[in-house]
Amino acid sequence: MAASREYRHTEPRWLRATLTLIAVGFVGLLIVLPVIAVFTEALRKGLSFYVQSITDPLALSALRLTLLTALATLAANLVFAVAASWLIAKFSFPGKSLLLTLIDLPFAVSPVIAGLIFILLFGARGWFGAPLARQGIQIVFATPGIILATIFVTFPFIARELIPLMQQQGTEEEEAAILLGAGAWQTFRRVTLPNIRWALVYGIVLANARAMGEFGAVSVVSGHIRGRTNTLPLHVEILYNEYNFAAAFAVASLLALLAVVTLVAKAALEWRIRVEQRPAEAAQEA
Amino acid sequence: MQKLRQHSVIPGFGLTLGYTVSYLSLIVLIPLAALVARGTSLPWADFNAAVFDPRTLAAWRLTFGTAFIAAVIDAVFGVVVAWTLVRYDFPGRRIIDALIDVPFALPTAVSGIALTAIYAQNGWVGRWLEPLGIKAVFSPLGIVIALMFIGLPFIVRTLQPSIEDLDPAAEEAAALLGASRLTTLRKVVLPTLQPALVAGFVTAFARCLGEYGSVIFISGNMPMKTEIASLLIVTKLEQYDYAGASAIALLMLVSSFFLLFTVNFAQWWSTRRQRERV
Repeated sequence: MAASREYRHTEPRWLRATLTLIAVGFVGLLIVLPVIAVFTEALRKGLSFYVQSITDPLALSALRLTLLTALATLAANLVFAVAASWLIAKFSFPGKSLLLTLIDLPFAVSPVIAGLIFILLFGARGWFGAPLARQGIQIVFATPGIILATIFVTFPFIARELIPLMQQQGTEEEEAAILLGAGAWQTFRRVTLPNIRWALVYGIVLANARAMGEFGAVSVVSGHIRGRTNTLPLHVEILYNEYNFAAAFAVASLLALLAVVTLVAKAALEWRIRVEQRPAEAAQEA
Repeated sequence: MQKLRQHSVIPGFGLTLGYTVSYLSLIVLIPLAALVARGTSLPWADFNAAVFDPRTLAAWRLTFGTAFIAAVIDAVFGVVVAWTLVRYDFPGRRIIDALIDVPFALPTAVSGIALTAIYAQNGWVGRWLEPLGIKAVFSPLGIVIALMFIGLPFIVRTLQPSIEDLDPAAEEAAALLGASRLTTLRKVVLPTLQPALVAGFVTAFARCLGEYGSVIFISGNMPMKTEIASLLIVTKLEQYDYAGASAIALLMLVSSFFLLFTVNFAQWWSTRRQRERV
């Protein structure tokens, strides 16, 4: 978009060529090469070994747990994001900027610490661990812990996309709907939702990539019980540490594919959102 | 107007406030409070011993050192990448631009094993480094490479909007006043980009401090040599040393909060100053 703008003063041709070469070379070597390596290494022992690795019962159970975790995480964070952005965009109240800062807090917490805090709460000697254990409920080293840690690391993703957009859209349309007699739910579904749907999908796509790929936090709370508490990234680690490299890369290639799909979806959605915002901007200028 | 908003006709204030605050407390605040409580419940001598024993001290040095070097290299190349992507038109520009986000989208464990394969002795890049006597895997250099991978998008994505917002008139004026292109870049463009560059650098640095998945495969995890702080937390947890793990985690958390707070404050301050100038 920006490059189509004419810059009358720019660097001499030789310098432009050199800088472009450096940039492309650096990105290629540092970022593109690893992605290519994943697929090459995955197919090193041939296609049948590849298929065998990703249809192995342990790989499939890891895939199931990864999908379940992502689904539960997205549902929980989606409801939160809608509630939080409604609250922040539609009302003014004291403590709003503190609330915004707190929502972003998980971004500043490293993955291992995100796992550790749930061990401290729900581990055998944690605040809630012992009372829950007496009820026969296990949180860490089980699926609920994996979901909790994943919810934590993806906590701000969707809310971050929705809040600025809804703040920018203001409250006029909703006020009009309410004054015309629409109910709260109807107003949200018919007025607010169509305005935020692409940003919502965008946030979900980003959160999903992180939820399915989270390693550090999940690794700490999972306990690595094969076939039970292994997600796809943890399964990759186990195969790799057993020197079963080709199988590790085969399973990793599924996650790399997810990353590629995520980036394509992200680019498509960014284009979509820009197209939708253009008439609004034109109307504002007029 | 303010009054009108507060007594707005829009429903759901109580419901969304209650839900947001409860969910935030349950998922984020109470768990973090547990860490603070656990980390600070240690007597000072024990805390000191957990956080500053020789092995942990070596891990701190390595973690901060490699994160810093990676962020510096990323900052240098990040300026070139962001400048090229915004200012020049070349075939494949859009694809390269989209690929900058790969480190955000690719699970860290996957990038970890992929980088290890590339830089191993028989790997695509490792085999060229081997004759030069450079050992990239199982060494601090490998950690720097993994952290460079993780940190680059933070710097490029922070710089791009600032480069797009540069006023061409300033560059034109400099040129008309007889400044060479290089002088214009050095005296006009770079100073304007400085706040964004610092913000991107600090964000990348903070993120690299806590990185785990992409590092542990390439680092080899030798105590005193290539063991990062995050891994030490995991090791202590596996030995059921919850207090020690919490102490290290708390210090790490405080460092990254401090860094990110500094960035936000600096950004707030520089936008306010710019607004005052206008």
